[in-house]
Amino acid sequence: MLITFYVAAAIAILSTVLTITRLNAVHALLYLVVSLLAIAIVFYVLGAPFIAALEVIIYAGAIMVLFIFVMMMLNLGERATGMERSWVTPGAWAGPAILAAILLIELAFTVATATRATEVQGTDPKQVALSLYGPYLLGVELVSMLLLAGIVGAYHLGWTSPEEKEAIDATKPDRERTPAGGDLVHAGVGRAAGPPQRDIYADVH
Amino acid sequence: MAGLLARRNVIFTLMSIEVMLNAAGLGFVAAGARWGQADGQVMFLFILAIAAAEVSVGLALVLRLYHLYKSLDVDASSLLKG
Repeated sequence: MLITFYVAAAIAILSTVLTITRLNAVHALLYLVVSLLAIAIVFYVLGAPFIAALEVIIYAGAIMVLFIFVMMMLNLGERATGMERSWVTPGAWAGPAILAAILLIELAFTVATATRATEVQGTDPKQVALSLYGPYLLGVELVSMLLLAGIVGAYHLGWTSPEEKEAIDATKPDRERTPAGGDLVHAGVGRAAGPPQRDIYADVH
Repeated sequence: MAGLLARRNVIFTLMSIEVMLNAAGLGFVAAGARWGQADGQVMFLFILAIAAAEVSVGLALVLRLYHLYKSLDVDASSLLKG
């Protein structure tokens, strides 16, 4: 069990160093995923299996998917396909794959040799839950409010106003623009009821 | 583990923040395991929620930054002007 801990910790440190020294963001993400998995194994060895599962599910699952999604959105365009092809070369995924394979071997070894005697002694999830909803109830409420603020903030920041859409469209060639008045649903949306508005483009017309 | 925030890319900055939060969580869990208390794991749950909220807002900000400046350089947005 001690060897498992040291190997996982070494992999965690190594992949973290590789993460922050990569020049390419996608390569860095691959190493970051390996680092999170290694830290999950460290958690398991430390006697926190529930936390280890959460680490894999939320960090390596959800948060990394968010990162990858944003990177895909930032690389929209004709160059994106060729760029991705150049990113995913064997040299790029070989390093993370080797580290992840070591972690997998470690996990298989731990599962294969697990007996009652070698089982990790730690705090069980029941204790954590009792503590979470007992003395830390206020913290749970605060976290729920923080998550709500996060959702609202992300939605607000991700929303583009119609003026901005026009500004973005102005930089594109004609055929890529959003159709201005072609949609029946959009007809008359900008016109408010009331007195007719001044023609702000009078000097152009 | 967390000293290299000298990168000029916003994505790398966010990743470094993730690593730092993770290191703090590791410290909490290790201390909890050392003294046999459940508090360390509770704190890690809070850190997990904070990281999730932070990364969602942060990545939305990255998208806005990219739309505004067409670059991921943190120095591009050094001028505070709406």
